[in-house]
Amino acid sequence: MLGWELPPHNSGGLGVACLNMARALAGQGADIDFVVPYEAEHPEIKFMKVLSATHLDPIYRYGGGAYESLKLLEKIIPSINKEELLSIRDVQKSYCDFVEKYLTEFKPDIVHAHDWLTYEAGVLAKKNFGIPLVAHVHATEFDRAGMRMGNPLIHEVEREGLMLADQIIAVSETTKRIIHDKYHIPLSKIHVVYNSLDENYEKSDYNFDQDAYGYLRKLKTTGYTVVSTVGRFTIQKGLHNLMRAAALAISKNPKLIFVFAGDGEERNELVGLAADLGISKNVIFTGFIRGKKLRDIYSISDIFVMSSISEPFGLTALEAAHHGDVLILTKQSGVSEIIWSALKYDFWDEKKLADQIIAVSQNSALRETLQHNVKREYHKISWDQVAKKCLKIYNKTMKHKGFN
Amino acid sequence: MRAICLYLHIHQPVRYREYSIFDVSNDSNYFNDSYDGRQSNERIFRKVANKSYRPMLDLLENNMQKYPGFKVSFSITGTWLDQAEKWAPELIAQIRRMVNRGQAEIVGETYYHSLAFFYNLDEFNDQVEQHAHKIKATFGVTPQVFRNTEFAYNDSLAHWAEEKGYKGILAEGWDKILGWRSPNYVYRPTGCQNLKLLLKNYRLSDDIAFRFSNRNWSEWPLTVPKYKNWLEMDCLRGNLINLFMDFETFGEHQWQDTGIFDFMNTLIPDWLAEYENKFVTVSEACELMPAADEISMPETITWADTERDLSAWLSNSMQTSAMDDLYAMREQILATKDAGLINDWRYMTTSDHPYSMCTKYWNDGDVHAYFSAYASPYESFMYFENVLRDLDYRLSKYS
Repeated sequence: MLGWELPPHNSGGLGVACLNMARALAGQGADIDFVVPYEAEHPEIKFMKVLSATHLDPIYRYGGGAYESLKLLEKIIPSINKEELLSIRDVQKSYCDFVEKYLTEFKPDIVHAHDWLTYEAGVLAKKNFGIPLVAHVHATEFDRAGMRMGNPLIHEVEREGLMLADQIIAVSETTKRIIHDKYHIPLSKIHVVYNSLDENYEKSDYNFDQDAYGYLRKLKTTGYTVVSTVGRFTIQKGLHNLMRAAALAISKNPKLIFVFAGDGEERNELVGLAADLGISKNVIFTGFIRGKKLRDIYSISDIFVMSSISEPFGLTALEAAHHGDVLILTKQSGVSEIIWSALKYDFWDEKKLADQIIAVSQNSALRETLQHNVKREYHKISWDQVAKKCLKIYNKTMKHKGFN
Repeated sequence: MRAICLYLHIHQPVRYREYSIFDVSNDSNYFNDSYDGRQSNERIFRKVANKSYRPMLDLLENNMQKYPGFKVSFSITGTWLDQAEKWAPELIAQIRRMVNRGQAEIVGETYYHSLAFFYNLDEFNDQVEQHAHKIKATFGVTPQVFRNTEFAYNDSLAHWAEEKGYKGILAEGWDKILGWRSPNYVYRPTGCQNLKLLLKNYRLSDDIAFRFSNRNWSEWPLTVPKYKNWLEMDCLRGNLINLFMDFETFGEHQWQDTGIFDFMNTLIPDWLAEYENKFVTVSEACELMPAADEISMPETITWADTERDLSAWLSNSMQTSAMDDLYAMREQILATKDAGLINDWRYMTTSDHPYSMCTKYWNDGDVHAYFSAYASPYESFMYFENVLRDLDYRLSKYS
C-alpha cells in the first residue's frame, strides 16, 4: 500500500482512512507493507509493516512547496537548513526511488496507491514490474480547487495514474462522477467504496466536558441554537456561502450562533465577511482544533453543516452525527449519498440552507426526528465491509491480469 | 350469480411547494409551484392525465358502450375535481356521461382527502358535506356509499355512516379481522341495522394493482384466462369479488407497456361472456346481497402497507405535530369567514401531506420515498410548517 500519512502523523482524514482500511484488510488475511514518505514511529501499528521511503521528519512530507509556503515552514522551524528544504516533487521522487528499490526485492500481488501523491510510484510499479495497480481516490485536484482548475501538474499526475490504474476506488458516487467527467475514465473501471467512522471513535471513552465552551452553554440555556462547521478554510469548503446563509438565517432567528472550527487561507476573508454582514456577534472562530476539543464542539452543537462545494466523502459529518447533531449537507458531498436522515441543499443555495437552519432551530419535532433517525444510520457502513469490497476489487484485478 | 365490484379511486392532492420561511408573511402562494418545479400540481396532473386518466377512462367508456352489463364505481376527491376543472375538464365530462348511462356510481368521502375523522368530527362532517355538494353539482347524483380516506375504517366510523343514512361503507378485507371468513360476502358492521360493509379482496386486487408487472412474481405474466380462473375459484367462497384499487393503477403504477390496458380490455368481455357473471356497482352490491355476518373493527384499519394501520400517516412526531398544529387552528380559521383562507387551510388537511413526512422506511429508500414530491420527509415537514406560519400570520390580521 502506498500512502502519505498514518496517525499519529496525519493532518487530516486521509491517514485515518488508510489506517482503518489497512487494519480491516489485515484482519481478513491481507499481508500489507505500507510505504510512507517520512521516518517516524507508529507504535500502535502491529498488523502491518510500515516502511519509510525517506529519512525526513513527518512534518516535511509535503516538502516546502505545494501545501505550505516556504515562509510558513520557516516560521515553524526557524533554524531549518534551507538546503534540506525539499519541494513536494523532491519528496515524491525519493518516494519513487524507494518503491523501485523495494520492488527489486519483493513482488506484491497488488499495489494499492492512495491519492495523487503516490500515483507516480504506483505507475512505476505497474510499468516496470508488471504489478497490477489499484488507485484509491480520496480527493481529486478538482475537489481541492473548489471544482475550478487546480494545479496543472497535479492534474497531470492524477490523470496518468487514473488512466494507467487497472481499477480505481472512489470514496463516493460524487467522486466517481468527477473522475469520469474530468479525466474521461470509463465508469466500468471505477468502484465506489464509502469510508466509515474510525472504530476507535465510537469505542473511546469520551465524555463531554461540562466546563468546555461555557459561553456557548450559557447561550443555549437562553434559547440559542448552535450551528457548527469543521474543516480547512479553503475554497473547497464553501464557507462564504455558509456565512451569507448564516446572515439570512439570523435575520429571521437572531438566537443562532455559528461556530467555524478550523483554519486556513480564507480565515481573514471570513472574519471580514461576518463583519460586513453585521453578524460578527453571532459567529465564533475557534482556530484549528482536534481531538477532545473538536468533540466538545460537536457535543455542544445542535446542527452541523457541511457546506462543501465538493467533498469526496466528508467524515466529519459522521463524527457530528455520532455526537447527536442534526446534519445539513450539500448534495455535492459524498456522505450525503449514504445518509438519508439529513437535510440537503445545493452548495450555492444559501436561501435554502438558511431555511433549513431556521426550521431545525425553531421546530423541536424536526430536530428530534432528525437526531433520532441519523443515529440509526451513521454507522451502517463498517470498515470490515470496506475491506471486503477492496479484496473483491483486488481479486478482480489479479484475475484480469492473468494471476490465479 | 358471480359479481365483480370494480371500484377505482381518483385522487390528486394539491401539493404545497417548497415554501420558504422567507415567503412567510410576504407571499401566500403555497400551492402553485413553477411548471417545471418538483411540486408542480399542473405538470403532475397533466402527466397522469395523459398516462392514466385519459386512456383508462376511454377504455371504460368504450366497454360501457359495448357491454351494458359493465359497471364501475368511482370515488373522486374534491382536490382532484378542482384540478381537473382547470387542466382537463373533458375528463369530468366523460365521467358524467358514464354516470348518466347508469353504469358508473360515485362514492362519498371527504372533499380534501383528509384524516379529519380522527381529528375533528365537525370538520369531517363539513368536508363530507362539501364533497356531496360538489358531486351533486358536477354529476347530478348523491353518494349512497361511503369510503373514508385511505380506507381508514373502524366501528365508530360505521356508526357515523349509519346515522348519515348511507347504504354501505367500504373497508379493507384484512385477514386479521376476517379470520376464516371470506371478503366475498357483504357484511354488517356490529351495532348497525341498515349499513352494509363491503370488504376489499386484497389478494385479487393486488394481483392487478401491485403484482401485475412484477417479473419476479411466480405467476408473471398474468393472463386473462389465468386471472379469470382465479376469480371464479374465489367465487366458491362467496359470490362477490370486490376489486378496489387506485385509478392510477392503470397507466401510472402499471405502465401501458406492461399490457395492463389490454388485460382489462380483454377481462371485461371475457368475464361477461359467462351467463352467470356480472359487474355490480357498490350500492347494487349492498342492495343485492344480504349481510352474511357481523364484523367488528374497534381498531382503525387502512389499506396501506403490511401493517394496515395509520402509521404511514401519523406515527413520527413530525406527522403528529403537523396535524395537531393544523387542526388546532380550525376554529379561528373558520371564524374569519374568509373563503380563500379557509380553502387554503383545508388543502393542508390532505392525507398525502403527512404521508410525505413518513420516515418508517425512509432509510431503505422505498416506495414512500420513491413517490414523494419532496426531497425528504424532513423537507416536506419544513415547508408544511412554514405554510402554517403564514396561515397564522393571515389570521392575525383578523384579530
